[in-house]
Formats: sequence, structure tokens, C-alpha cells
Amino acid sequence: MADLAQHNVSGAHAGETRRDFLILTATAIGAVGVAATIWPFIDSLNPARDTLALSTTEVDLAPVQVGQRLTVAWRGKPVFIDHRTPEEIKAAQDVNVADLRDPQPDSARVKKPEWLVLIGVCTHLGCIPLGQKAGDPRGPYGGWFCPCHGSIYDTSGRIRQGPAPLNLFLPPYEFTHDTTIKIG
Amino acid sequence: MAQTRLSATNRIIRWIDYRLPFVAMLQHELYEYPTPRNLSYWWNFGSLSGIMLVVMIVTGVFLAMQYTPHADLAFDSVERIMRDVDYGWMLRYAHMNGASMFFALLYIHMFRGLYYGSYKQPRELLWILGVIILILAIMTAFMGYVLPWGQMSYWAATVITNLFSAIPLIGQNIVTFLWGGFTVGNPTLNRFYALHYLLPFVILAVVLLHLIALHRFGSNNPLGIEMKGPQDTLPFHPYFTIKDLFGLAVFLLIYSFFVFYAPNFLGSSDNYIPANPMQTPNHIVPEWYLLPYYAILRSVPNKLLGVIMAFGSIFLLFIVPWLDSSPVRSARFRPVYKWVFWLLVIDVIALGWVGANPPEGLVVAVGQIATLYYFVHFLILFPVIGKLERPKPLPASIATAVLQGGSGARLGGAGAPLAKS
Repeated sequence: MADLAQHNVSGAHAGETRRDFLILTATAIGAVGVAATIWPFIDSLNPARDTLALSTTEVDLAPVQVGQRLTVAWRGKPVFIDHRTPEEIKAAQDVNVADLRDPQPDSARVKKPEWLVLIGVCTHLGCIPLGQKAGDPRGPYGGWFCPCHGSIYDTSGRIRQGPAPLNLFLPPYEFTHDTTIKIG
Repeated sequence: MAQTRLSATNRIIRWIDYRLPFVAMLQHELYEYPTPRNLSYWWNFGSLSGIMLVVMIVTGVFLAMQYTPHADLAFDSVERIMRDVDYGWMLRYAHMNGASMFFALLYIHMFRGLYYGSYKQPRELLWILGVIILILAIMTAFMGYVLPWGQMSYWAATVITNLFSAIPLIGQNIVTFLWGGFTVGNPTLNRFYALHYLLPFVILAVVLLHLIALHRFGSNNPLGIEMKGPQDTLPFHPYFTIKDLFGLAVFLLIYSFFVFYAPNFLGSSDNYIPANPMQTPNHIVPEWYLLPYYAILRSVPNKLLGVIMAFGSIFLLFIVPWLDSSPVRSARFRPVYKWVFWLLVIDVIALGWVGANPPEGLVVAVGQIATLYYFVHFLILFPVIGKLERPKPLPASIATAVLQGGSGARLGGAGAPLAKS
């Protein structure tokens, strides 16, 4: 009996709770609807299917001499291919990995030690480092030098000095023959 | 007001005004609008910026009728505007240099606000709306700079969008999203063009809010004290319409000098080389009006922290009304702040110089000191000076200060006893 009495007294209150519930659920459903409507607009800005279609680039390495560097385009980005000299390979392997900003041994960055394949985009703000052409500055580690903000990479494409936080990225690639690679 | 209202004399206007009180509103806000009688020429820069925004929209709309937003065609379409379209060169040079002028006006306008404490209670929102205009203007200018698709366009787009790659974990995904691809490319150019066309109208809307906030309490003035009655004010027209028009004439001389005699002085010649995604120019710099932020970005050795501080240097301006603890607005009556203000001016110019030069030797050192000072100025000096400084006595009203014939500063100081006679 006491229960029932209490119920009656709080009758008005119960009505308001019901209204609160309706407002809350209606708002929540509305918010979901708005989000679902906005999503197609946002998603339309993502890379389209033709852009996503994975393109591959085949490169014949045979004409590249020891010590020569070659730039090829893959997905609109430059890919650096470096036919490294024995000294460059040694310099890359002799580094104390623990001292590096982005520690990675040289062996994890190449499939064959004489061929270094990198995405030639500075990991700082996306400039293209110098070092591919004969007269370019290569920085004190003999690798690459980014002119925008002074990042310096070594002969394994690892960051050694300057503002870039990471080593130059490696593209997916495989050797289709002894002297041919397929990037992508 | 003594003036006769237009709506009272013309029957057609009266008919319209009864239904849509637009003329009455203009009459009220641009004609009778009571304005402090002591405004100096430093108060011209708001209206000048507004006029410049209109110039940018008009030249921009006509340029858009000739421009082709496609990565393969954009550069040539701009060259066609320059060479083949009648007066195309003038429209483009007016638009290009107009951006520089707009920023020059905005910056002077903002420094004036900082000197005379125009951001203080009750004008905080007025100031905040101004900072929003600055941010929108920076975004608009950046995206506009990309449209000619020259080397600087391309690499500016690459570097600036890459700022977002500093965000932990999802940074690279955000950058890909901004680009609509794996590099800056045609999808990027298209969306920048759409936004570059849209944002000026958003700015226009915020300018309208800025004006509504301004007209709520009226302009601040060189004395920094409120208008207390009709004796402190003059109607906006003809006194300040004339003053603004004179300032406009002087400004247009300077603007025209750049457009007709030095159209490429403020730009970079590298942008007349078509975009080449395979090669970065040896020395990339943003336009002059973004150099200080760029200098801050470069002065911090950590990528994420550099990005945060470059953005922070602008967002900091939002809280300036609450950082400054002094109850006195005008620097005329603030013996310490009066000098410290100029340190900020020098600091920002120094940052501009740092941003324009390759980061080597002295440039790096100056950049780091100037970056540090910028934040110290707002976060430490602003609250501390306001607490420690003893401001000079303020004049009783604008009218008394003006009618003494001297500057308010003299009157506020030693000349104050004269006010009694």
C-alpha cells in the first residue's frame, strides 16, 4: 500500500522522466542520423578507387653502375635506387644501431646489400632529399640531405641529423630476376 | 540626431523600410553611428581590410572564369590569363598582391588592437572573431597559393599538409585523406580550389559578426576609455567616412605600386616553374605573411612540438583578453607595457627574417630566442606586467582630453591638474 501511495505522489515526476527519455532517445537517433548523413561527404574526400588501384613499376637494374643512383616514379612518388659501393655498405652496417633515432639495422632495410630501394620523401614534411644527382650535397653520412629543413640521412636512408623523426620509408618490392625489381 | 533620415524624405524608401528596415539600419550603423571623436589613422585598418576583402572576392571571381582546376592544365591556364586574356595580368597581379596587402592590413590592425588594448572587456568576442578571420584568411591564402600549380605551389601544399603527419598514430592517414591520394595531386588541387572559392564568403560572414560585435559598444580609441555621452562622439558620416576614404587613397597608392611596378616583388620566382613532384626546389619559403609561423615551426627541433608551437602561436591569440591582467586599455597610460609592446613587434619581424633564411648558424639561434620570447611575451609578461605596473591616471572623458588640445598622454600625466581650471 505504501508503495502505491508513493507512486501516485510521484506521478508527475514519472511523466517527466518519460518525456526526458523520449527527448534523449530522439536526440540520440537524430545524432546517429546526422553522422550517417555526414559520412558520405567526408568519405568522398578519401582516395578514390582509381587512385587506390595499386600500380606497380618494373625497373631494370642492369645498366645501373656501382655507386650510381637512379630515381623512378611509383604512385607519383620518387623511389630512390642506390647501387651501393662496398664502402657505403660497410658504413651502413658498422653503425651502432642503438644510437640511431629510428633504430633499424641495415640488413632489415635491404633485400640485397648492394641494392638500396627507398621512397625518396623526407619523413619530416615531405620534401625530396638531395643526393641522387652527381653534384648534389649528400650530407656528412654520404646518404641524402633534405634542403627544406636540413634532415640528413645515411647510406641506408636512416635519419641521422635534423628534424625528421623516421628513416626513409621502404616501398614494397621484389626481385623478379637477378637485375629486375617490381615495386608495388 | 539632427540629420534628416533618408527614409523620412523618400516615399519609396519609406515604403520599403516599413516592411524591410534595411535603409534604416544602414542609416543607423553607417551614418549616425556614434564614433569616438579622437580616433587616429590607426583606426583605418579595419575598413581598409574590409574593402580589400571585397577587392579579393571580385578579382577572384573573374579569375575563376578563366582558370582551369586540373593538375595538367592549371599552370597553363594561369599563363593564359597572364598573356592572352584582356587585362588578365592585371586581375591576377591585383589578386596576388591583394593577398599580401590584406595580410599587411590585418597585421597592422591587430597590432593596433594590442597597443590600445582593444581586446579588453567588453570587446573580447570582437577580438576572438578577428582571430578567427585571421585563421580563415591564412587557410584561404594557402589554398589560393597552390592553384597556379607551380613548384612553390606544389611544395607548399606538400609541406603544409605534411604538418598533420606529426599527429601520432593517425597522422599519415589524415594526410592521405587531405590529399585524396598518395601525394599532392589532382584531387588535392580540386578540393583546394573549391575551398578557396568558399572560404572568402565564410570570412565575409565572420566579418559581419565582427561588425555586429563592434557596433555593440563602438570602437575603442587611443585613450582606451569608453564614450560617456554625445560630447565624446561624432557621427560616423561624414567625419569618419572621409577619414577612411583618405586612408583608402593612400593605401591604394601603395597597393597600385606593387600591382603595376613590382608585381612579383613579394612572390617567389620558383612558382613560374611548373610543379614537378620529383624535385623539391633548393630553398622553399612560404609567402612573407606566413614566415613568422614557419620560423617557429623550424626553430623547434622536435617535429610534433614544432607543429604544436606554430599552430599554438596563433591559437594563443584567442586567450589574449584573459592573459592581460591590466585594467587599463591604452598603452599610453601604461609606462612599462608601452615599451614591451615594441619588443613583440621586433620579435615578430625577427621571426619573419628567420623564416626567410636557410636554417644555419645565426639564423637558428635568433629563431630559437625569438620563438621563446613570443610565448614568454604573451604567457608571462602579459599577466605579470599588468599586475606590477602602475598606470598613469586616466582622463575624465574623451571630450575633456580632446578639448585640452593636447594629447591624452600629456593630459593623463603631468597635465592632469589643468583639467580643474
